[in-house]
Amino acid sequence: MLMQQVMPTTRRGVAGWLAAAAALWALAYWLNGWVWDWLLYDLIGMDPAGRPGQTLHFFCFDTVKIGLLLIGIVFVVTFLRSFMSVERTRAILGGRREGAGNVVAAGLGVITPFCSCSAVPAFIGFVSAGVPIGVTLSFLIASPLANEIAIGLLFSLFGWRIALLYVVAGVSIAVVAGWLLGRLHAEKWVEPFVFETRLHGEPLDPSQGMELPDRVSLALEEVGSILRRIWPYLLVGIGLGAIIHGWVPTELFASIASADNPFGVLVAVLIGVPLYSNAAGIMPLVEVLYAKGLPIGTVLAFMMSVVALSLPELVLLRRVLKPQLLAAFVAVVATGIVSVGYLFNVVV
Amino acid sequence: MIIKVLGPGCRNCQRLAANVTQALQAEGLQAEVDKVTDPAQIAGYGVMRTPGLVIDERLVVSGRVPGPEEIGRLLRG
Repeated sequence: MLMQQVMPTTRRGVAGWLAAAAALWALAYWLNGWVWDWLLYDLIGMDPAGRPGQTLHFFCFDTVKIGLLLIGIVFVVTFLRSFMSVERTRAILGGRREGAGNVVAAGLGVITPFCSCSAVPAFIGFVSAGVPIGVTLSFLIASPLANEIAIGLLFSLFGWRIALLYVVAGVSIAVVAGWLLGRLHAEKWVEPFVFETRLHGEPLDPSQGMELPDRVSLALEEVGSILRRIWPYLLVGIGLGAIIHGWVPTELFASIASADNPFGVLVAVLIGVPLYSNAAGIMPLVEVLYAKGLPIGTVLAFMMSVVALSLPELVLLRRVLKPQLLAAFVAVVATGIVSVGYLFNVVV
Repeated sequence: MIIKVLGPGCRNCQRLAANVTQALQAEGLQAEVDKVTDPAQIAGYGVMRTPGLVIDERLVVSGRVPGPEEIGRLLRG
């Protein structure tokens, strides 16, 4: 990759390179609004008050803004996460009982580098190392729900209060849902081969033995890999956001999903569950729905239902969980999200 | 030499497999490259974050994609 060829290999070289990259990033972020104002309104001559102009401006501006935020956040998060690993998390959870174990597992779910594409080997690895099923599920629920990329984006776009609220809610859902599923004696609903899997060989901890330049190049690679993977979701999300921003009257949302509407959160979650996207793809939509006056609890519940429950992940988990447990998993998590949504609408 | 690429077929696993092929060519080595997609087998090697790389039944990389040069060093042992 080009990045690795231009990357210096000494600590000082890396630090200087990072400072330059950060300055460039900040400049691009600051120029973003000006460039599109000038290009679309001054140069092409679109009407700043007209709908086509507003829609196109939103699309261009948000694509660059969310793209830049994502690059910055993924880089920082991956760098910090390179000190943590699923192997360490499993070692910490090994001797835990349910209850306190669920809390620790949900907390670790936030900071452990993890992709739901590895949900199945991680599930088997945890269970065969003696981590209780409910504790393992707490980890698997918290990991996509309250991940640092979602937190970082929420913090940049909505401020620390909403980001904090989101983390507390996500971790609470993971703790309660995992604990409840553990109480149901979920073992009988786990495919038997999971318990027969024997670990052979020494596990390898990827967080060990890396130098600073290694961690930086790991973070750069992750930025590239995430952007390559999610850009279609991002463009669809921003496109929908732009259309809603320009064309859907605010009163429409206010009337169908105001805080007084008792079904608002429920409807948002029912729409969100089958939708498959990630925190970054859904963020432009969340931003515009909130700007259109949807209550924060409804908006966050919508976001959580999109990122926490997805069909592809459920298909993967079906290989280790029997349909009964899978159904209980979806029901408990969805109920948790709906409750959190209503709570926020009342409290905030 | 038997090399196993552990992973369900995600993009990172494909990148790892491509890097292995490249490393084998660069080192002028012949080896059998197997793709292991069964989650129970993957977990059996102690991998909880794909992809993983196994050389002669020994897990050498887990949870990241090493470049062709690093794989070359691992192949030489």
